[in-house]
Amino acid sequence: MSKIRLIIWREFITRVRKRSFLIMTILGPVLITGAILGMAWIGAQEATDHQVLVVDPEGVIGRKLEDGKHVSFFVDGHQWSDSAFQSSPFTVRINLLPGVLNDPHADLYYKSLPSEFIMNHIRGQLDKSIELARLQQANIDPEAFERVRKPLDIKSFDIEDVNQESFAQERSVIGFFFGYFMFIFIFMYGVQVMRGVMEEKQNRIVEVLISSVKPFQLMMGKIVGVAMVGFTQFILWIGITAVMVIIGLAVFASSQYDPAALAENGMTAQVQNQLLQQQAARAEAVDSDKVLAMIEQVNVPMVLAVFAFFFVGGYLLYSSLLAAIGSAVDSETDTQQFMFPVTVPMIIAIFIAQLGVLNPESPAVLWGSMIPLTSPIVMMVRVVMGTVPLWQLLLSMALLVATFIGSVWLAGRIYRTGILMYGKKVSWKELGRWLMYKG
Amino acid sequence: MLQLEGLTKRFGDFVALDHVTMEVPSGQVFGLLGPNGAGKTTLIRIITRITGPDEGRVMLDGHEMGLNDVARMGYLPEERGLYKKMKVGEQALYLAQLKGLKRTDAQQRLKAWFERWDMGGWWNKKVEELSKGMAQKVQFITTVLHEPRLLILDEPFSGFDPINAELIRAEILRLRDAGVTVMLSTHSMPSVEELCDHIGLIDRSRLMLHGNVREIRRRYSDNTYRIEFKGNRVALANALAFTGELLDAEENGEYSHARIRLGKGSKLNDVLRQLLPTIEVHGVQEEVPRMHDIFIRVVSERAPETVSPGMTE
Repeated sequence: MSKIRLIIWREFITRVRKRSFLIMTILGPVLITGAILGMAWIGAQEATDHQVLVVDPEGVIGRKLEDGKHVSFFVDGHQWSDSAFQSSPFTVRINLLPGVLNDPHADLYYKSLPSEFIMNHIRGQLDKSIELARLQQANIDPEAFERVRKPLDIKSFDIEDVNQESFAQERSVIGFFFGYFMFIFIFMYGVQVMRGVMEEKQNRIVEVLISSVKPFQLMMGKIVGVAMVGFTQFILWIGITAVMVIIGLAVFASSQYDPAALAENGMTAQVQNQLLQQQAARAEAVDSDKVLAMIEQVNVPMVLAVFAFFFVGGYLLYSSLLAAIGSAVDSETDTQQFMFPVTVPMIIAIFIAQLGVLNPESPAVLWGSMIPLTSPIVMMVRVVMGTVPLWQLLLSMALLVATFIGSVWLAGRIYRTGILMYGKKVSWKELGRWLMYKG
Repeated sequence: MLQLEGLTKRFGDFVALDHVTMEVPSGQVFGLLGPNGAGKTTLIRIITRITGPDEGRVMLDGHEMGLNDVARMGYLPEERGLYKKMKVGEQALYLAQLKGLKRTDAQQRLKAWFERWDMGGWWNKKVEELSKGMAQKVQFITTVLHEPRLLILDEPFSGFDPINAELIRAEILRLRDAGVTVMLSTHSMPSVEELCDHIGLIDRSRLMLHGNVREIRRRYSDNTYRIEFKGNRVALANALAFTGELLDAEENGEYSHARIRLGKGSKLNDVLRQLLPTIEVHGVQEEVPRMHDIFIRVVSERAPETVSPGMTE
């Protein structure tokens, strides 16, 4: 094995064998799966809760109220006593007050407070029904009214590709996700590189090592080895999360409504039917066509290639700078003054990427996607949106390559002096001087 | 043979080494001496190719030293350590492979060393479980495992208890006898006298003294002799009147002891001829100065001046 491969291998194997790696590898997917299933569970919880009884003595509700997600309606013309409501399976009772057509008031009684989302749905449905009743009272044709009220629907097209609706705005969210992922990875593992360098310096093993290998080999071996640890962890995370989510959803799906159970709860056949219909409706995809069209527009191989490129470039850039910092200091507390200028551009990059989602053509986004310290994250958003001219993409890539070669070179020079320097508080000026030392 | 030719190294305005030229003969133990901050570590780092000189060059067996020679070199730095979380055996294997040994060879040699030094049970221990002395033993083994022709030891005895220091000392001599050139830096002057054939003394980035230890000690000898005798010491002092001086004398049981320094041009035989009629001489021995005294003499001859901090010292 060549020396640099030996170094990479050691960096990889000692980290992967650590207990903390194992814990993080298992804990990560558990947390992610937990969050996904938790949200699904909470959503499902709400669906079983809200069966709304609308008490309508004046017969205002002329149309069928549409059930929504987690809400179903049952309209009754008779007054319900509080005790009758309490012993019923309904969770919410709404009393439309006398004269509701002219003076729209209603009282809502609940067993468990409906969420804002449910409230909006109830209000919307009742508003619509009351509106309809009023239209009839005023002798206005509801269809004519609907035509008059029709809102404007705006679709956006790229002038160079007018055959399909562009979902650039929506797609940028995917780009932001990629960029954010990159941010997390670069930061987490860049700091690990820095810690590793500091560890070697604190252990005093570094001088032993560089009598066998060049400092540059040692630094690059560490950077590559740590990156491999990162990739391994993410692949494991994706694999484990996928398996857990699939198993979790399978278990979750089997615990849906069962008509027999509903009958046992003493519900009338009508309410039961309403609930089951509602469940069937929910099973249909919301707007799957639109999502598919959006994904189809993303040039997947291109995005993945660009992602890989900027990912590697950004990681090399930042981790080499962090390695240089690690070599220059004696302890973790001394890193802060040097960490600041490295972390700030990253945070700015995330801000610009967010801006890119809202306003893809803003100058900040253009510059952010060119300047190498922010370009990996910002460019991802632009590439996924498909708003980048080829020359800009190539220029940004070239700048990134030039910069990481520069930063690796620079870091190498600071590194080889820094690792042998003990007990000295290092200033920026001092770092500058190290660049001039002859190797 | 290792030859250093005009080695100069500057860090900014600070000159760490100033035209150091010397030879380290093959198959001998060479002592690199000097006060803290003199430039020893810088010199060692240039030889081990950790840093490059600004001027001058390092020649090994007649050719300028290159990257390939590093594999024939073993280096134990003053600031030395191991990865604390790694197991001893695994770590030793790693370091040996970095030196270019094959894994299987390294394993075989390590097993032999561990057996020889009674470290059989250490293989699967983590370094953090070892005592400092134990870790130092592991470090020494990893330094010599690849059988270097040139061994450079920076303060090899620091951190060892007397028993382990003796173990290392014996090992250094064994390696020398096997033909290895050993260069060691140390502050322990008795070990220099015991181990070193040659020395080089660096002070304030300059080579001040350099050569065979016995010759240097002789060069610094100042014609002082120790005489064991029976008789009157006043008579002794009188007899010396024209040929030398009595430094001190003491009566110690049956015999008296005196230290005398011969005058310029006087020969020991002439002095003895004058002494013999007055006292009964039982023994005469030349007092050769110890390295300790030579070190202090050379270093304190310089004008007092603040020493700029070196790289680590």
